[in-house]
This record gives sequence, structure tokens and C-alpha cells, in this order.
Amino acid sequence: MTVTTAPARLVVEGLTVAAVGSGATIIEDVSVRVAAGEVLGVVGESGSGKTTLGLAMVGHARRGLEIAAGSVCLDGADLFSLSPAELRKLRGAAMAYVPQDPSSAINPSLRVGGQLKEILTTHGRQGAEADARLQEVLAEVGLDSRHGILSVYPHQLSGGQQQRVAIAMAFACRPGLIVLDEPTTGLDVTTQRTVLETVARMCASYGVAAVYVSHDVVVVGELSNRVAVVYSGRVVETGATADVFGAPAHPYTQGLLRAVPSPERSGRLVGMEGVPPRPGQRPPGCGFAPRCPLVIERCTVAMPELVPTDRTGQLARCVLVETGQAHTEGALASASGQDLAEPAESGAAPVLQVTGLDAFYGQRQVLFGIHLAVPQETCVAIVGESGSGKTTLARCIAGLHTSWTGEVRYGGRPLTPGIRRRPKDVLRGIQYVFQNPYASLNPRRTVGGLVAQPVENLAGRRRGRHNDEKILDALRSAALSVEVVNRYPDQLSGGERQRVAIARTLAVSPTLLVCDEVTSSLDVSVQAAVVELLRRLQRQHGLAMVFITHNIALIRSIAQQVVVMHDGQIVESGTVADVLDHPRADYTRQLLDDVPKFSAAITGASDA
Amino acid sequence: MTAPAPAPPPEATTAPRVRRREWLHILTGAARTPRGMAGSGLVLLVVLLAVTGPFFAAYPPLQFVTTPGAPPSSKFPLGSDILGRDVLSRVLDGGWQLLLMATAAMLIGIVLGTAAGIAAAQLRGWRDGVIMRTVDVILAFPQLVFALLLVSILGPTRWLLVVAVGLSHAPQVARVIRAAALDVSERDFVKAVEITGVRQSRVMSGEILPNLLTPLMVEAGLRLTYSIVIMTGLSFIGFGLQPPAPNWGYMINENRIILTTNPWAVVAPAILIAVLTVGLNTFTDAIARVALGIERAEKLIAEASGTGSVAEIPA
Repeated sequence: MTVTTAPARLVVEGLTVAAVGSGATIIEDVSVRVAAGEVLGVVGESGSGKTTLGLAMVGHARRGLEIAAGSVCLDGADLFSLSPAELRKLRGAAMAYVPQDPSSAINPSLRVGGQLKEILTTHGRQGAEADARLQEVLAEVGLDSRHGILSVYPHQLSGGQQQRVAIAMAFACRPGLIVLDEPTTGLDVTTQRTVLETVARMCASYGVAAVYVSHDVVVVGELSNRVAVVYSGRVVETGATADVFGAPAHPYTQGLLRAVPSPERSGRLVGMEGVPPRPGQRPPGCGFAPRCPLVIERCTVAMPELVPTDRTGQLARCVLVETGQAHTEGALASASGQDLAEPAESGAAPVLQVTGLDAFYGQRQVLFGIHLAVPQETCVAIVGESGSGKTTLARCIAGLHTSWTGEVRYGGRPLTPGIRRRPKDVLRGIQYVFQNPYASLNPRRTVGGLVAQPVENLAGRRRGRHNDEKILDALRSAALSVEVVNRYPDQLSGGERQRVAIARTLAVSPTLLVCDEVTSSLDVSVQAAVVELLRRLQRQHGLAMVFITHNIALIRSIAQQVVVMHDGQIVESGTVADVLDHPRADYTRQLLDDVPKFSAAITGASDA
Repeated sequence: MTAPAPAPPPEATTAPRVRRREWLHILTGAARTPRGMAGSGLVLLVVLLAVTGPFFAAYPPLQFVTTPGAPPSSKFPLGSDILGRDVLSRVLDGGWQLLLMATAAMLIGIVLGTAAGIAAAQLRGWRDGVIMRTVDVILAFPQLVFALLLVSILGPTRWLLVVAVGLSHAPQVARVIRAAALDVSERDFVKAVEITGVRQSRVMSGEILPNLLTPLMVEAGLRLTYSIVIMTGLSFIGFGLQPPAPNWGYMINENRIILTTNPWAVVAPAILIAVLTVGLNTFTDAIARVALGIERAEKLIAEASGTGSVAEIPA
């Protein structure tokens, strides 16, 4: 079933991991092989079971879970038949694991040098040999040991450096298998680029069998030779990366690819509603059936088998493939749609005008002389890496950050820094959507109560009327079912929560919507749906919008103008087409270069 | 945007829901755990005895019925006290007042402390300073000493005693609640309401208070226990309820002289107080575990139903 001729180093057969007690399966009947020198990408949304799968590959089940069936063989040895002591000997030496968050994976009280050396000495390298190897592996991940990095503590390193230390730890003993679980999530694109290059180089030069677990389709497409798409605990499609992403056979893979934004293609993103079914509550048939646009009756009856598609080595778990009805025409090609219309060039005064804004955290200045104008009915994207001050700028505008000087004019009137002295119509006109919908909705209020709050506070409406037309209209505008009005936030998915947060702002008919990283805590399929919603609302309601994001790829799908920020300053601004097609600032060019992209092999295959 | 309003995901209806009358869910949940069962059993035993006791007392609690310090006999199962009154009747009659007063004192302490704690956390700045430094000054006194001080100023009237004990709780409650409220007040949903220009009092009562249920329930249990201990303690040293009305705390004091002739006059009220406080503490512990368990489960659900969240999901 592998396309490579090299013998498989890691063989996973019929692996099932279940919860202790309830017996609910987290992953079910997963079979994959990884050969030496090969990178297998494991892709899935959160809740798909991909992390559980990654851990099982190194013989580990998280607390509360157990390996219910199947085997994981590394170089012929079945990991689950080994004693804990034998497993421990293999870990770090023959197999290694790089977790998502390096700051929690590295012992904060050990110096980097001591930490790395611990692994080497534990696995039988002593003295000078260990020191030599330590220098070598650090150099390989691009950290220079001469600069005293061995004697610093992890917190003194940046996120990217920490992750490279974690990668160095993983490769230190030349393992045969390495599992990387989202090693670049949470890193800036530039840092992500260096970490990805490190991973790719290390995997190639060590001839290791590598498994790269990620929700990021593009990163996996860039890095892996073969890919397994995981949904609802099962592999739904697998094969060579170019085949699976170039000509996806499963509707889920197609949907994932359609949802991916790109800095090169403008146009609409197509999202997938809903969430993967939870373990223990999975439907009898295909797990994707409830979200599938092509669902037929047979899908809900029985789980389809993994069957070969018309490309060698590509397997998909779909009724359509079984019956030969799948059309694998390039999902990527179909995604590029019409360009976003340019904003209406009008002589009217801008809705928001920021002039010479300096902002401070205590003594430290974080924004330097920001100039920004948001014209009517226009979406201005503010893009930058973490620490660039983009969120601080948004908070200054909304009145959440009060320590600033300069001028912010809204509708021609200067704004005070704090909320307290802003008149009600200003508070109503500028609405703010927070980054994380899991934190921005009071868990003790119903959806109706949440949406009613700004109306009551700002439009002076009587309290306690939570389901009249105004509230329901706002919910409908945000593409929510009116039935959610009596639910509590924890009964909603992440995407639905963010829609509630958006509905809450719509209810008071704002003129300016400030969106602070509103999709960064959402899955890519949900992100696409939310971005589309915002774009449509902006059109329909003639909203001016400030869209803060770290993801430069998203901009084409939502904004007409863009402002690039770096270290508290604006390095470039202009229309989206100008800035992204002909970047003038080096920093913008760098950002664009660092965005992961599908290789020509994949996009080319989609044209075939 | 072609996607219609999404049908609610099927799991939404089956996941554990604890929202309306959440405190009741926590209480019943706690009572179902072995720890909670033991604790609530002990508490109920004493409460039942204290509440129904007065109706079963064989003799009026103030009536001198036999010789002082008489050992148990068939007529007087627990013997008689230092003045020749029936110990059993006095034990049965001496609890309900204590329970009522302890509960009232707990409520006063919780209300005042919560108000101060939330206000300090939300208002910040000099108000926070004033409230918390006042709290620090009061906390410098041991609670019993502070209550004693108040009683000696206010006088040992029944309701002033309640107020004194309640006041002595308030700083402790304020400290705990402020810490919890600080955490809540930093959350985005509070900011989201603040930028609608709403009054601070509404933010505190509508956004922060409802999210302090868990620490409040635990504090209530703890403060009730302390109320009982302090009140009996005050009675023991003669500053609490005044004789001749029976009460468990004072009984221990007045009868310790006859400990050799009729130990039951001391031991019986002591056992009841011990059982009550141990039971209360155990039950409070069960509440804390259940409430924290629910919170943790909620977090897990949020993560599982979730997100490729960068910050929240531990590796």
C-alpha cells in the first residue's frame, strides 16, 4: 500500500485507541506505514484524534485512554508488547516526539545544555562523545553553541529557538522514528519558516521515518511525501501528497483544501460548517456524513472501506469512491474565484482617522506614530507578527487600551482614550470582536442574553427581552439558527460562538467593526466560513472594518486595503493588490515569502 | 456564504449541562460522592437533632430536676449538669440557636466579603488599595480575637454577636473572592461588556459574580464551619450566648468542673460540635471537588469541541 519501495520502518496496523471505562474510540482501525527517509503528514481538524494517533505511534496513550486493538511496529518490534522499561530505553534513542508547545515541553529549570546532555547520557553517550554530539546537533538545527546557548534557561530563548532545541533533543540520539505534533503552531510565519526548513533538512539528512501531525494543510503539503487525512478517528484518505492534495477524492479533503486561504489567489473561501463528531457519539456510517455536501443515504448506514482511487497508492474512505462516482477535479482550482471588488473611491471623509498615535505599556512605547485611515464601507487589514502592536492598535481604537497619545477621529470627532468618557453613539458605532470566542462570551448567559446586552446598554432597550425580532435578526444575519437563542455558549462549537460574538455587534448596527484575530483560534474550515460571513456582512451593511490578523494569506479573501505592521510601526500600506503583488518594503516581501505554499507539483496536478 | 444556518451539532444536547441552578447540581453532585455522603450524613444528623430536639426534650432545659453533677441514670440518660438540670434536655435544646446564628453570621460575612472582594478586583487602583489594606489590618488579628474585640465593643447581645462574627469573616472572604474575581475580570467577556459603556456595578453583579459560584460555595461551607467554632468558642469564654439558656459552647465551659462526676455534661455537646464541624468540612471538600471537576470538564469540552487554539490546548 505504500508507494515507496523502501521497506517500512514504522508499521501501524488496525490501531484503535479507546477511552478507559466508556470504551468510546478516539481513533479506530488506523493502518499506516512510514519508510525510512519518508515524511508522513497526518492532517485533521481539532478533535479528529490526530494527536492521540501521533502519541500512539511512539507507544503512548494519554491518561484515561488505552490501546484497544492493533499494533505499532518499529523496525519489526511491536511497541505494545514491550515492558515499560524496554519502551523507556527506546524513547529518546530509537524514537522521539516533538510536542506542540516547546515552552511546556522543555524543563524550565534546566539549562539548555544540561537538558540536551541528559538525553545523550541516558542513552549511553558519555563525556567528550556526548559533548561533541551536542555541539553537532545544535549546529544542525541552526543554533550556535559558541554563543553560550548551552548555559541559558529555556525562558531566555524565543519560541522558535525553543522549538529548535526541542527538535535538537529529538534528533540527538539519531532515532529511527520521529513524531512531530504541530511543532510550528503558535509560531510566527517567519519563525515557522525556519523551523520547517530545519525539520525538512533534518528528516532528509538523517533518513528518519518522520510523522508530521498538523491541522495546517499547506504546511503538510509542503513538507510531506505522503499524507494521511484523519477525520473522526479514522483515516479517510491517504496517498502521495501530490495526489491527495492535487486530486483529492474524499469530500472532506476537498473541503479542507477549499477552505485554505492563499496570498496569491484572491477570492472566496468555502468553509465547512459543524465540528467533527465527538468520540462515543459518532454516527454509524461515515463520520463526515453530517457535514458532507455530497451525502447520500448509503453514507449514513455503514462505514465505507478505504478503497483505491484511480491514482496509484491513493486510498479514500468514501461511498462515492467505492461506486466510482468521485470526481477528483482539482479542489484548488475551483477555489479561486472572482476578485474582491475595489472599495468605492469616494471623497467622503473616512470613518476612522488615526493620526500620530503613540501607545505605551507603562514606560515602554509599543506603537510609534501610527497613521491610519479607514474609508467608508472598506475593510482595512492590519497584518503583522506577534509583538508588532496590531492588537494594541485595535484596543486603542476600541478604548480598551487607554495609555496613548495622538489623535483618533471617528466620524470627524476626536475620541478620548478611555471608554468611560466616550458618548454612547460612539460606543455603539465602534464594535469589537475578540480573538477567542471561548473567552469573550460569558458562560453564564444564554445566547439571547449575550446578544441583547449591547442593545440594552447602548440602545436603551428594556432589559430581559431576549428573543424578540431584533435579537433574532442579528442571529440570522450571522448565519445562526434562531434555536440557539436559549443555549449557553458551551453548547456551541467554536465557529458558532464566534458567530454569536459577531451577532452581538450587529444587533446595535455599528458603522465600524474591529475584528481582532477573530479566526486564529478556529479550525481552517471554520475560519473560511467566518471570513466569508464577515465579508458578506461588510457588503450588506456597508460596514467599515478593521481586520487584524497575523495570517497574510487571509487578506485577499476579506480586505480591500492592507497595513503591514512591524515592531510598532507601519512599514507599508496600500490596496491589497498593490501591497501583495508589488511589495515595496523588505519586511512585507519577507512575510509573503515565508507563508507556506503548496508546491508546484500539487497545484500543477490540480490542473491536470 | 451559501451555508445555511447550521443544524445544532448532535452532541450539543447530550453533553453535560450545568447552567440553570448550577449550585443545586453541584450540591446534589457532591452529596452523591462517598465523601459528600459521609459529610452530609454527619451534618444532617446533628441538624436534625438540633431542630427537632426541643420537641423531644423530657424536661424544660432550665428546670432544676435532680442533684447537680449526677451520673447517667435511667431517668436522666446523660445525667445532670452543674446546677442539677437534665443534660439530655439541654443538649437537645441547645443547638438550634447556634445553627441559626452561625448561618446568619456566615451570610453576613459572605455578602460583605464578596462585595469588597469583587469591588477591589474590578475597580483596581486606589480603591483596591484601600479595601485590601483594610482587610490586611483586620487579618493581622486572629479571627477569634477580632470577634472578641467586636463583641466587647458591641456587647454580647444575640444579634450583635452574629454581626461581630460575620464581620470577622468578611476580610477572609474578601481575600479569596478578590483573587478569583481578578481572574474573571481579566477575561474578554468582561471587556466585551465594558465597551458597551455599562456601569461598573452591573459588570460586577452581572458578569463577574455569576462566575464566582465555585469559590463562593466553598467559602460558604468553610465560613459556616468557622462560625460554629468561633461562636462556641466565644460562648465557652463567656462572651457568647448568655446563660441560663442552654447552648453547646457554654455547656462545655460551665460543666468542666464536674468532669469527674458526670463527664457527659461536657462530652455530649463537644461530640456534637465536633461531628458538625467535621461533617461540614468534609461536605465542603466534596463540593470543591465536584465543582472543580465540572469546571475542568467544561474546559476539556471547550478544547475537544474546539479549535486549533494556539494558547489553550496543553500539549
